[in-house]
Amino acid sequence: MINGISINYYILLSAILFIIGSIGVMARRNSIIIFMCIELMLNAVNLLLVAFSTLHNDAKGQVFVFFIMAVAAAEVAVGLAILSMIYRNVKSIDTHLLSNLKN
Amino acid sequence: MIKLVGLVPLFPLIGFLINGFFGKKLRKGLSGGIACLAILASFILSVGIFMEARHLPSHSQIVNLFSWISAGTLDIPFEFVVDPLSTWFLLIITGIGFLIHVYSTSYMHNDEGFSRFFTYLNLFVFFMLLLVLGNNFLIMFVGWEGVGLCSYLLIGFWFKNTDYNNAARKAFIMNRIGDLGFLLGILLIFVTFGSTSFDQVFSKAGTAEHGTITAIALLLFIGAMGKSAQIPLYTWLPDAMAGPTPVSALIHAATMVTAGVYMVTRANVFYSISETASAVVAVVGVATALFAATIGLFQNDIKKILAYSTVSQLGLMFLGLGVGAYSSSVFHVTTHAFFKALLFLGAGSVIHAMGGEQDVRKMGGLKKALPITFMTMLLGTIAISGVPGFSGFFSKDEILAHTYEHSPTLWFFGMLTSMLTAFYMFRLMFLTFWGSFRGTKEQHHHLHESPKAMTFPLIVLAVLSVIGGVIGLPHFWGQHNFIGEHLEPLILRKNPSTLPHDTEWMLMGIASLAALAVIYVAYIIYRQRNIIPLNENDKMPALQKVIYNKYYVDEIYDAIIRKPVDAISTVFYKFVDKQIIDGIVEGVGTTVKGIGSVVRLVQQGDISFYIITMMLGVIGILLFTFLI
Repeated sequence: MINGISINYYILLSAILFIIGSIGVMARRNSIIIFMCIELMLNAVNLLLVAFSTLHNDAKGQVFVFFIMAVAAAEVAVGLAILSMIYRNVKSIDTHLLSNLKN
Repeated sequence: MIKLVGLVPLFPLIGFLINGFFGKKLRKGLSGGIACLAILASFILSVGIFMEARHLPSHSQIVNLFSWISAGTLDIPFEFVVDPLSTWFLLIITGIGFLIHVYSTSYMHNDEGFSRFFTYLNLFVFFMLLLVLGNNFLIMFVGWEGVGLCSYLLIGFWFKNTDYNNAARKAFIMNRIGDLGFLLGILLIFVTFGSTSFDQVFSKAGTAEHGTITAIALLLFIGAMGKSAQIPLYTWLPDAMAGPTPVSALIHAATMVTAGVYMVTRANVFYSISETASAVVAVVGVATALFAATIGLFQNDIKKILAYSTVSQLGLMFLGLGVGAYSSSVFHVTTHAFFKALLFLGAGSVIHAMGGEQDVRKMGGLKKALPITFMTMLLGTIAISGVPGFSGFFSKDEILAHTYEHSPTLWFFGMLTSMLTAFYMFRLMFLTFWGSFRGTKEQHHHLHESPKAMTFPLIVLAVLSVIGGVIGLPHFWGQHNFIGEHLEPLILRKNPSTLPHDTEWMLMGIASLAALAVIYVAYIIYRQRNIIPLNENDKMPALQKVIYNKYYVDEIYDAIIRKPVDAISTVFYKFVDKQIIDGIVEGVGTTVKGIGSVVRLVQQGDISFYIITMMLGVIGILLFTFLI
């Protein structure tokens, strides 16, 4: 129990966020949306880590979350740069158009 | 000084590296100079080591350079052995090697491959030194293979000529056959004694089974057959004359071909134990000696005559080894190195003067044009013929005396060989230097004595050929037999001559008279009657024709070995290789390609499809882990 809320709710919320994220990645074609969905999945995991960290009174999980956030920030920086380059070349960020390597 | 023995092969190796990497950029004088200097340095060091090693209390000293192969219980150190035998060979190799290097600087002067030639020559000396210095059979084997390689490179030195390349390949293959026997011998030694180091192997030799020792001795001797050109593997040596003449002198007369003699002497423990192996060595030796000597009678190529003479003399050395006269054989190796190197270098000088002509039928009367070459070659010929007082006389006589003690029949054949040698050598001399010139006018105009760098080695070698006998004066003259005493500590079975002195005197007398008589016969035939050998197309008596064609040995080998192997190879190529192996290999390729062409349809280039697949995969794995 954390502040009177059962750990099950945290897990449920986290799972819902993760599923929303993964469906977004799978179903959408807009690169930026896909990108945001990836962030959503990462944060679902973060939430779970923090919840369990508090439950067990162990700071390791929270430290790990900081690492994930830092890496995610770096990833965003690189990812957005790639996206802007793609847009400059293709004038679109639709992933379905990026199929030059097919065949 | 003995500690520095590692430097002896190192100098030629450095020379090889310099000439090998930078030879083309160096001036010719520098390139040749470095090569000569490398060998000279080795020679000077060898002399020092030889002097010091004579006073060693234990006769031999092992110098450990580094640990070579070390795996588990197997430990093979890289050791050199300094003892009377190895130091003696060091002197021969570096001494004669140096003279031939000097000669080559002039002989090869106009050759485009000048620095390449010295690269190979230095490499050869390096391997040869490794062969005689190694303290175990493996190092010896490395040297053994190395000299074979250099021999191949040097025979095929003028690689633009297909015939020369074929000769080089023939030499290499023949040597490989022998090497296989040698390698098997080494493996058997290792299996039997658990070591390949000489000191350990030879000290344990008495404990091994007699049959094993015989097998080892015979396998090692197969190696010697290849390297030292004995029946049936001798055919490469006459063909090896395709190489430049200094090569013939260094490799195919003075050093490499004596590796077999060195090896058998080194392993004399085995041969002393095994009477069978010794008998085989003696019989093969005398058969080779006689066989090659008869072929030598009718050859017309100046280098071929000398080549068959070399084969024949090597046969005599093996006869000596077979009857247990190890030090006599090493003595003959030494004197033979002097006069055969001299004769080859002299022949090179003649060929040089004749503008590349090697046929003695087109020479004649060169005495006046080439006085130094003539004089030195004459001395060499007298030495090899066994005229009393010259070096060849003493060494040959010692071998023959030991042979007589062992078996008068073998002695008779040995004697016959020696008479034939005197005959064909003087035939060569009379045809080349006396009579009238039989070449073209152009050649006659061109005749000249060779430059100093070529005549200097000739003179040195001539002096050695004349006085070389002093190192092995007969015991029954009441003289010190230097070489015999020198090598004595290494020989297991000592056999001091038990022949009565008057028998020895008689044998010596017969040998001398026979040599002189044969020379006189040669004089009558080729000088007084001026008989010139027939041309190929002229009619010859049947026997002469057979001998002239070298007993058709090459043709026989061709028919019974090469052609069947060729036929089998064709079958294997057309059926096994083309059908089965290619079928399997190509089948694998086709199958993979077929599967790929179906599976690649999945790769559509749609990212979301990939991700869905990945997700499904992850879910599948999770289910798999949790449910099962």
